[in-house]
Amino acid sequence: MVLSSADKTNVKGVFAKIGGHAEDYGAETLERMFATYPQTKTYFPHFDLGKGSAQVKGHGKKVAAALVEAANHIDDIAGALSKLSDLHAQKLRVDPVNFKLLGQCFLVVVASHNPALLTPEVHASLDKFLCAVGTVLTAKYR
Amino acid sequence: MSCVLGSLLSDSQGSFLEGHTSLQTDPCPASPAPRTPPSHGPSGRPGRGCGQGIKGPAGSGLSYGVCALLQPSRAATMVHWSAEEKQLISSVWGKVNVEECGAEALARLLIVYPWTQRFFDNFGNLSSPTAIIGNPKVRAHGKKVLTSFGEAIKNLDNLKATYSKLSELHCDKLHVDPENFRLLGDILIIVLAAHFGKDFGPSCQATWQKLVGVVAHALAHKYH
Repeated sequence: MVLSSADKTNVKGVFAKIGGHAEDYGAETLERMFATYPQTKTYFPHFDLGKGSAQVKGHGKKVAAALVEAANHIDDIAGALSKLSDLHAQKLRVDPVNFKLLGQCFLVVVASHNPALLTPEVHASLDKFLCAVGTVLTAKYR
Repeated sequence: MSCVLGSLLSDSQGSFLEGHTSLQTDPCPASPAPRTPPSHGPSGRPGRGCGQGIKGPAGSGLSYGVCALLQPSRAATMVHWSAEEKQLISSVWGKVNVEECGAEALARLLIVYPWTQRFFDNFGNLSSPTAIIGNPKVRAHGKKVLTSFGEAIKNLDNLKATYSKLSELHCDKLHVDPENFRLLGDILIIVLAAHFGKDFGPSCQATWQKLVGVVAHALAHKYH
């Protein structure tokens, strides 16, 4: 799937609007993902996953930073996330199906905090972007 | 067939079956489903399983409905809804404008996943997001779909029966890939989140994702 220039504009707009809240959005995305899709917790046996967990907040920050990085280099997401892609392939090996689940939760977070921002067109672009990120992160799996 | 079952059950300590008593071939629609051995109820569908109960490994005290082994998806027949979940469902649903929400959900489905337009050749102009949002057939159909969803909410303990005819329709006449039900369910969640904001917290989302998953599963149930 290819991101059109309209898609890229939409995605950049979303992250510009989110601004400094990205870290909180990342944490909330994870919180929602663990609540909604308990199987995703299996990747974090070493974490305290209770409410307000500092580890979840910290990890949410990392996830958000990666999304921001991808948005800032949207013409070359593969390049921007190359090291992360290596990490996921060699060490983390998160099953590809889970990136969709994370993506769904991120969309829910954006929707719940910025309903006016997530017009249908922006929704489509952001969904495509999140798919593209997932594809990059799993690209080197085999 | 009995040889296969025999060899499965003779697996030492029954370890294969322990923890697999609600085998799922697709993402569990009722996650988290209670992990109890499936009871062998009178599901009586001829030609799909011999209908005999089978005792687990000797001394284990375990028994497994054959249905669970031959028809993995049947193990989740009875979806359990806690009082809290029912509350989260009804409190949200009580505030939903079915017409608006349904129209929006369907429009977004057609916009975000344009290949879903394949089912609506007779809807007229679907050439742009604006056209889709303003399309009266989309609005009407969205309302119809979400109204039907309301029926599910009234029949949480009997979803498969509630959607039995609709399931047959979607398979035999409409030829809709059940994946589309999951896509629409996810879209509905996002529409609800946009509408309810902070009131649509993590446990609310979890409950509603479970609901849309179970509805999708019920709609796919009669497929063959």
